[in-house]
Amino acid sequence: MSPLTGTGGLIRLILRRDRVILPIWVFWMSVMPVFTTASFRELYPDESKLAAFAQTMTDNPSLTALYGPVYSPTVGGLVAWRMSLLIVVLGIISALVVIRHTRTEEEAGRRELIGATVIGRHAGMAAALIVTILADLVVGAVVALTMAASDVPVAGSVAFGVQLAAFGILFAAAAAFGAQLTEGAGSARAILLGAIGVTFVLRMVGNLSGEDGPLHWLVQASPLGWVQELRAFADERWWVLAPVGGLAVVLIVVAVVLQGRRDIAAGLLPTRLGPANAAPGLRSPFALAWRLHRGLLLGWVIGFAVFGSLFGSLGETVNDMLEESPELAQIMAALGGANTLTDMLFGTLFGLMGLIASTYAIQAALRWRAEETNLRAEPVLATAVGRVSYALSHIVFSLLGSGLAVMVGGLGAGIVQGTIAGDAGHWVPRLLGAAAIQLPAVWMLSALTVALIGLAPNASSLSWGALGAIFVISFFGPILGLEQWVLDISPFTHLPKLPGGEVTAAPLLWLGGVLVALLLAGLAGFRRRDVI
Amino acid sequence: MAEAIHIEGLVKSFGRTRALDGLDLTVRTGEVHGFLGPNGAGKSTTIRILLGLLRSDGGSARLLGGDPWRDPTELHRRLAYVPGDVTLWPNLTGGEVIDLLGRLRGGLNQKRKKALLERFDLDPRKKGRTYSKGNRQKVALIAALASEVELLLLDEPTAGLDPLMEAVFNECITEELHDGRTVLLSSHILSEVETLCDRVTIIRKGRAVESGTLDELRHLTRTSISAELAAPPNGLSALDGVHALMVDGNRVHFEVDTSELDAALKQLTSAGVRSLTSRPPTLEELFLRHYQDELNGEEAAR
Ligand SMILES: Nc1ncnc2c1ncn2[C@@H]1O[C@H](COP(=O)(O)OP(=O)(O)OP(=O)(O)O)[C@@H](O)[C@H]1O
Ligand SMILES: [Mg+2]
Repeated sequence: MSPLTGTGGLIRLILRRDRVILPIWVFWMSVMPVFTTASFRELYPDESKLAAFAQTMTDNPSLTALYGPVYSPTVGGLVAWRMSLLIVVLGIISALVVIRHTRTEEEAGRRELIGATVIGRHAGMAAALIVTILADLVVGAVVALTMAASDVPVAGSVAFGVQLAAFGILFAAAAAFGAQLTEGAGSARAILLGAIGVTFVLRMVGNLSGEDGPLHWLVQASPLGWVQELRAFADERWWVLAPVGGLAVVLIVVAVVLQGRRDIAAGLLPTRLGPANAAPGLRSPFALAWRLHRGLLLGWVIGFAVFGSLFGSLGETVNDMLEESPELAQIMAALGGANTLTDMLFGTLFGLMGLIASTYAIQAALRWRAEETNLRAEPVLATAVGRVSYALSHIVFSLLGSGLAVMVGGLGAGIVQGTIAGDAGHWVPRLLGAAAIQLPAVWMLSALTVALIGLAPNASSLSWGALGAIFVISFFGPILGLEQWVLDISPFTHLPKLPGGEVTAAPLLWLGGVLVALLLAGLAGFRRRDVI
Repeated sequence: MAEAIHIEGLVKSFGRTRALDGLDLTVRTGEVHGFLGPNGAGKSTTIRILLGLLRSDGGSARLLGGDPWRDPTELHRRLAYVPGDVTLWPNLTGGEVIDLLGRLRGGLNQKRKKALLERFDLDPRKKGRTYSKGNRQKVALIAALASEVELLLLDEPTAGLDPLMEAVFNECITEELHDGRTVLLSSHILSEVETLCDRVTIIRKGRAVESGTLDELRHLTRTSISAELAAPPNGLSALDGVHALMVDGNRVHFEVDTSELDAALKQLTSAGVRSLTSRPPTLEELFLRHYQDELNGEEAAR
């Protein structure tokens, strides 16, 4: 049997398992650049406007940090510049997909099950890599074709597609390597995300230091820097593909060698032994819950910090639009001042942030239920821990954790927008307020989950259904022309519109009332019911 | 207090399944009480009710003089529990779990913990996800045995332990007895119960079918007898305690309840005994009989 026997079957298995998510990400990654091309072309119809825009962007160091330098003040060049984060995102997705189909499978013991059938040693890794690399190539090809078709230089379009695909493939390879190192998929993911974070920061610091700066060499130390130095639309330097491709090949070869040497499910880095005794603080249900929730919470807080800062950086684009187009500025002035458009944008973005934070709120609350169904709640409840404090130890994370994530997002947005606009004292409290106002609605989903766990534990995952319905109402409600009472089902409908809007107490009070009632009902239910 | 656990007429249903159907169980303070029964008999359910994790539908359950449903946290300081299925947190080490559970219960004897870790040969520094089934079981056992409590509720504590570790476990429980603790030990393994327990309750389909000291239970066992007689036997089949009688000319083979042994032997001698072999009663048979009836009952129901 060759080490690759069965690869085809495993590829089909992956395609079947990912039949929904794979087309979704390939589609979105592929179409973002061409959409942006269209909108840039509309916003900056002639060369002088483009040049002016490019100049403002270049003058702004925080934008250089985020996106890198503008290499070419043309439509294509600016799109490639603005979409450079897409390269990072594709790298992240590719890495996660490969780990999902290699180490996660092994950790869950499914690989052992499959390994016992007629499947070669490297077939699993090969299948995961083939699917991911093909998907990356599709993204690159579609991007190149669609951009070229929208009248920007062909060479640049191809170069940008290649940048995307190359970084995706590089991190697919890196993930194949990383998946060999650890026993747990969680640690493998952490290693990969950390590596991408490092490449990003190196590139960022290098670019901030300027073309002739003392730290510019850091760009060359970062694989993201290599890819960026291809310089789409600005005299492409195709030779940078050699080191990128070379590194990818080396990573895959090393991964194959490592996989050939180790046992199934074992890692290369030894699983570290932990402490033989518990830390003095590990003596309450809350301390236990902290151990169980902290990783997830940390991930969300970091995510929201990044997310918020990105949002903050978008605020100024709107002002640029106003500067470029006096007609629009006039309309906005009539509507209530130049700030209205920025405020509307932030209102929408924070609404989105609230919806996303609700995912965490539900996820954290459901952890409590998962502890119960995995029989880990039982030994704790058989000690002197009361049911209410046990429940609260998890609920606290759902409430305060989502609160923390949202506020960090607001703070990030406030700082970035404040720095760009040169008025942090104004923007930080304003955007913190806009973030905070989402919380009553976010917490409603915590409270709903708590009520379900207490009163109808077998139906507790219905809270995902509720969140799905709220998503639909928020995004499509107005378009579909749904009746007001349907829109009213979503707690987000009732929130005051911040920033800029007025805060009235009434909706907050009754949202708070329903929230408390749901929480109390859930706790009372949990006190009275059987613990499985 | 003379009784650590007193259960009367306990009823618990899960939907249409009646898991407990009028169960009676008494565990005296200071004894090791064996709790036996086939799969699904209701042992774990009983223990969960005693822990206040499940709410009974009828009857009464008292534990250490209190009501397990009303004041669980106070009672839980005085007992330790080892579940039948031990699952650990993947990212906590065994040592951390032992300390945590002990502390949540109100305290843990570090010296005993160390001694037990050594005796059970467990590395406390490994993460929960990397323990084997037997080692997970050990973590829960050490957490329970290292805490200074009055009552131990052990649900099939030796499931997954290798024979060497089972012996260590037996030693530990014997020591617990010397410390004056009460132990309720559910099990499928008769030999374990025979070596450790003072009294035993056998349950089936949510009811206690036998309960008493091992000697009392032996009394309920049957002696099996084969004999060659001078003449064909008569009147044997009319005797109450005789089972599985087979007659082949002058040869007979039967089982007899230990309480009826005397009457049966009188019948045999009245016909004249040429040869006689008897097999002494074992608990195993009694035990299997209750398990067997279960199977037969189910077949009959089908
Ligand atoms: N949470 C539950 N929901 C529904 N039925 C249950 C539940 N827990 C137990 N049962 C049912 O109650 C009955 C008694 O189960 P229990 O777990 O108490 O048996 P047991 O004596 O511990 O068996 P075993 O020796 O297999 O551990 C079984 O029929 C079981 O299917
Ligand atoms: Mg059981």
